Amino acid sequence: MLREALAGRRVAVTGATGFLGTALVERLLRCVPGCEVAVLVRPGRRGAAERVRREVLRNSCFDRLRRELGDHFDTEVDARLVTVAGDVGVEGLGLDPSGEAQLAGCDTVIHSAATVSFDSPLDTAVEVNLLGPSRVATTMRRLNPAAHLVAISTAYVAGARRGAAPERTLPDTPWAIEVPWRAEVDAARRARSDADAESRQPRRLASFQREARAELGAAGTPLLAARAERARDDWVRRRMVELGKARAQGLGWPDAYAYSKALGERALLDSCGEVAVSIVRPSIIESSLAEPVPGWIRGFRMADPVIIGYARGLLREFPGLPEGIVDVIPVDLVVAAVLAVAARGPLPDGPDVVHAASGARNPLRYRQLVDLVREWFTDHPLADSRDQPIAVPEWSFPGRRTVQRQLRRTTRALYGAERLLQSLPLRGGRADLAARLEERRDEAERALSYVELYGAYTETEAVFEVDRLLALHRSLPPADQESFGMDPAVIDWRRFCHDVYLPSVVAHARVRQVPPAGAGRRDPRGATGLTRQERGRRAILAPERQLAVFDLENTLVASNVVDSYAWLATRHDGDPTRAAFVVRLLRDAPAMLAADRVDRGDFLRAFYRRYDGAPVERLRTDGAELWHELLLTRAFPDGLRRVREHRAVGHRTLLVTGALDVVVEPLQPLFDEIVCAHLGQRAGRFTGELLDAPPTGEARAAIMADYAGRHGLDLAESVAYADSASDLPMLEAAGHPVAVNPETKLASIARRRGWHVERWPRSPGGPRRVLPVGPRVRP
Amino acid sequence: MPRPGFVLEVDRSTPPILTWRGDGFSLERLPVERSRVIYPAEPEAGLPDPDGAIDEALDHPLGDSEPIGALLRPGMRLTIAFDDVSLPLPPMRRPDNRQRVIEAVLDRAATAGVDDVVLVAALALHRRMTEAELRHALGDRVYDAFAPEGRLLQHDAEDPDGLVHLGLTDRGEDVEINRRAAESDLLVYVNINLVSMDGGHKSVATGLASYRSLRHHHNVRTMRQSRSFMDQHHSELHSANWRMGRLIAASGVKVFQVETTLNNDAFPSQLGFLQRREWEWTARDRAAYLATTGALRAGSDRLNRSVFQSVKAPYAMTGVFAGEVEAVHAATTEAVFRQQLVPVEGQTDVALFGLPHVCPYNVHSIMNPILVMCMGLGYLFNLYRGRPIVREGGVAILFHPTPRAFHPVHHPSYIDFFEEVLADTTDPVQIEKTYEERFATDEWYRHLYRTGHAYHGVHPFYMRYWGAHALEHLGRVIVVGGDPPTVRRLGFLPASTLDDALEMASDVVGPGSTISHFHCPPVLMADVS
Repeated sequence: MLREALAGRRVAVTGATGFLGTALVERLLRCVPGCEVAVLVRPGRRGAAERVRREVLRNSCFDRLRRELGDHFDTEVDARLVTVAGDVGVEGLGLDPSGEAQLAGCDTVIHSAATVSFDSPLDTAVEVNLLGPSRVATTMRRLNPAAHLVAISTAYVAGARRGAAPERTLPDTPWAIEVPWRAEVDAARRARSDADAESRQPRRLASFQREARAELGAAGTPLLAARAERARDDWVRRRMVELGKARAQGLGWPDAYAYSKALGERALLDSCGEVAVSIVRPSIIESSLAEPVPGWIRGFRMADPVIIGYARGLLREFPGLPEGIVDVIPVDLVVAAVLAVAARGPLPDGPDVVHAASGARNPLRYRQLVDLVREWFTDHPLADSRDQPIAVPEWSFPGRRTVQRQLRRTTRALYGAERLLQSLPLRGGRADLAARLEERRDEAERALSYVELYGAYTETEAVFEVDRLLALHRSLPPADQESFGMDPAVIDWRRFCHDVYLPSVVAHARVRQVPPAGAGRRDPRGATGLTRQERGRRAILAPERQLAVFDLENTLVASNVVDSYAWLATRHDGDPTRAAFVVRLLRDAPAMLAADRVDRGDFLRAFYRRYDGAPVERLRTDGAELWHELLLTRAFPDGLRRVREHRAVGHRTLLVTGALDVVVEPLQPLFDEIVCAHLGQRAGRFTGELLDAPPTGEARAAIMADYAGRHGLDLAESVAYADSASDLPMLEAAGHPVAVNPETKLASIARRRGWHVERWPRSPGGPRRVLPVGPRVRP
Repeated sequence: MPRPGFVLEVDRSTPPILTWRGDGFSLERLPVERSRVIYPAEPEAGLPDPDGAIDEALDHPLGDSEPIGALLRPGMRLTIAFDDVSLPLPPMRRPDNRQRVIEAVLDRAATAGVDDVVLVAALALHRRMTEAELRHALGDRVYDAFAPEGRLLQHDAEDPDGLVHLGLTDRGEDVEINRRAAESDLLVYVNINLVSMDGGHKSVATGLASYRSLRHHHNVRTMRQSRSFMDQHHSELHSANWRMGRLIAASGVKVFQVETTLNNDAFPSQLGFLQRREWEWTARDRAAYLATTGALRAGSDRLNRSVFQSVKAPYAMTGVFAGEVEAVHAATTEAVFRQQLVPVEGQTDVALFGLPHVCPYNVHSIMNPILVMCMGLGYLFNLYRGRPIVREGGVAILFHPTPRAFHPVHHPSYIDFFEEVLADTTDPVQIEKTYEERFATDEWYRHLYRTGHAYHGVHPFYMRYWGAHALEHLGRVIVVGGDPPTVRRLGFLPASTLDDALEMASDVVGPGSTISHFHCPPVLMADVS
């Protein structure tokens, strides 16, 4: 009956790229052969049709249909699926004339587009969730008032209601809160511009700059500016999220999602006019029970991160009422309910509401869920980085406040330790430690955000009535009850959790599982037969790369401009002068380090003044000696070999360094070109002034671009090697950045961005000089 | 009268035997009734008046040569080439033999009114010497007279303008040597003949040659046909050098060879126990041994290395011979053998080689894993005449910690050889075929060799070839005390103690194997019947 009712109809679906939307489109195409489907999708960068192809049709949801149709899949889809470019976030849905015509031809519109994240900024939630449904209704009034609008809402519009929540529109619900939604819209929009204005206060801007500098160090003005601007954006966003949450909770909803959905229902009823409206309110939608395949899920759903966090031992506690109901509903049951409402058509006595929820009919208690989850993970534990099984914690259901307090304390302690490590000049293994600490802090912060976001949903005391849902189910003929069933009584929670839901969550989260007994140690080499490190190296040395750019100091050689200067300056001195020199240099060292941290270019400019009056020719000779006797003993042989490997495969090699030409000249045979600092000369002596801006910070990116341009090379095919965050412009300019013995900041950036990291040691057999002073002169 | 070298059969009364382990040593108890120790002779007495002997040799040359005075004339070009830092080992106390001889030659040149005199260090593909090393070998007077004026040169085997191709030998071998040396009116070569392989035509034909020339005899084939390369009559290396040397002479290069020999007094008196037989150790020797090993245990590797590298040998000159190359070398070889040759009866299943702190290529440097291999299987294994001290298919047990450490200035291509080449294969033939040319012609290695203090890019290959004969002869090589992954990379097996090593050796040579302990340094050469 359902098939027959929908056959020949044209059904429009918004939110097709979402979890429920994808399932709806798939079900319509697969199970209702006679209908046509129009999907309203934001065009994005690639255009609406391409987005549908990539984000909807390629989803594993369609695997079954693809299998069933074989070669006819594309023809079938082309014939029955129409893509309409549009956006529910703007008035009139942003339709072009052809889109309007497509929509005008639709008999049923299923509005499933929403921002489902619980921590949406207030104005985003308002634009999409609050105004979205009424925009769709207004547009349909204009295009085709006879159409039936099925709007997807959420059961949690009931807010903090304790006890039965009926399937009635909010104005008909006695305890519902009355808020003028138009005023809320205005306030939300005003809040955005207020927050934006506040973020531009000099005091705030200065703090964003500080934040950027703390993260990147002396990375150059453009990068720091970009980072500070991102910090400002983040701040505004956080502010809007905060405002949304505060406003929602002030009105009795757990978060901005439920709040905006509830007001959205009211706005819809106010603006639908003659368009017939039905509202379907699902509870927490989770993976499918049977259709298209058991366990199908899209994206990381609400409960999933909490479950994975629990299985990884991250959430030692989670608040909740042990006897409270966690209202979970498999996605295929929701789809069935929506299609049944669409097939049935509008009711004559005005807008109607259907809950798609399980709690009233087949409740899953929180304690029961926790027990099921623990049982399953006890049998199927996740593995830590050493492949040891992670034991899952026993939850004792403390109050939300207690858990939050504990997590906040942990986060603060980790943050303090991290800040301390970041401020130290660490490299290699110790820099790694800082990066690991950062990861732990991220995890703790995430745990805290789960508790804050989702805690309310484990403490819900509302029971969503499902009388209308059951009536709808019973109105279907037996055959439809079989294939489009929506009665939650069919769910066996143990079976659902253990056989369907948890395996799909684990598979989806791509987490590490304990290898089967007797499988031995996991081979770090994947399908390619190479370790991650080897794969990285292979990619870097691939023949299609064109250019390899190297930093010098601490990337190829564990040394710096001060060492070189000390050597050159003392090369011809007697012992007393040398001693005095070393004392002076040590005294100036802290100030020089500090200057270097602020701006490398300024530091070099100031430092090179010390060369004022130095004889050019003698420095040239001494420079060669410096390389062979000091710098080469501090070189990383693996690094020098890497330069040569690049040349061997035909890449161009470029050295970019702030060191002086007389110092780096002996490196000439390794590189196609060397970009370094040059000092002015007068009568055979250096003037101590740089001829050009020193090649540091953002200048390096420009040098690379310039070099690539001159030689017709593609920077996307270039590799850059550097050791510190001040080299970020250079690393970011390259298609393949490599962090070499990174200091703390770069280590954490490299880790976050998945950059290749090399640990190159000095050769242990070389001589070690305590002080970088030239060899003694023979009397 | 110094006692000659001899072979001790180990019995219950034999004390533990001193065994070198790089920058250190241990006392090893050898299995009784089946072990023997081959001891070097005691140091011969030095010449009472070395300078007088040098004058005598220069004025009364051997073979078909006029006295040096007759060869010098005003306006001529005179080049004096001399052995580099690889000789002698350990470096000798001042004055070095080279300084004595060169000062004598220079005096005569000055008297004869020769102005155009240039000194050339005969590096072949070795690293350039440092100022301190040159001063040590030549003395400050010679250094200060020549170096500031640019008349003290170091041979550059990669200088396209500094080499001259003299032709091909009858076997088609290129002979290309230092241009200044070849185009001089007289080339005086001053050597220190530490072992029997040194000197003769090898001085010029190898010491002043280019890679193009050297590759004809520094290869796997030659080394496998040299049994041993210390024995002139059975050494293809020797024959190739002699062919080249004769071609050089035939091309009109006038060589006046001055060779000197040393006794084997290798260690100063504080370390005298190192060259005394263990059962003759006095209370003072025992105390010195305990004090030294205790200090070494307390010191860091780096500190111990620098202490050992600063050891200067009290070597004394035992002979000086001058004149025509082949006649001189015959006399030199006889003098070397007189000091070093030890008659040994038959071969054993196993040979023990304790590796000392220094080999020709790590003076003022570190003995890296590749040099460990070269020292054990190249030098010590080949110090034989007749037959190797270990039978074919037998086992060599080396003692050395073999750290994975390289001198980044001296041995840059060694690092890459270890990481790239040995990670791929340890077979000398395969290595030669696949990798030699790339390393030999590498621009960066060439740059470091020519301008810094690096061995030539191809040098680590020669180290591997040096052991090719031993690798072919032996059934297994075990390194006691070696860093396991490094030793495995070399293609050998690591063992923690001598007992373990002998147990591992028994897989190859069976139980109850016979054992020779090669008690070197001081240098000795086994004359195996």
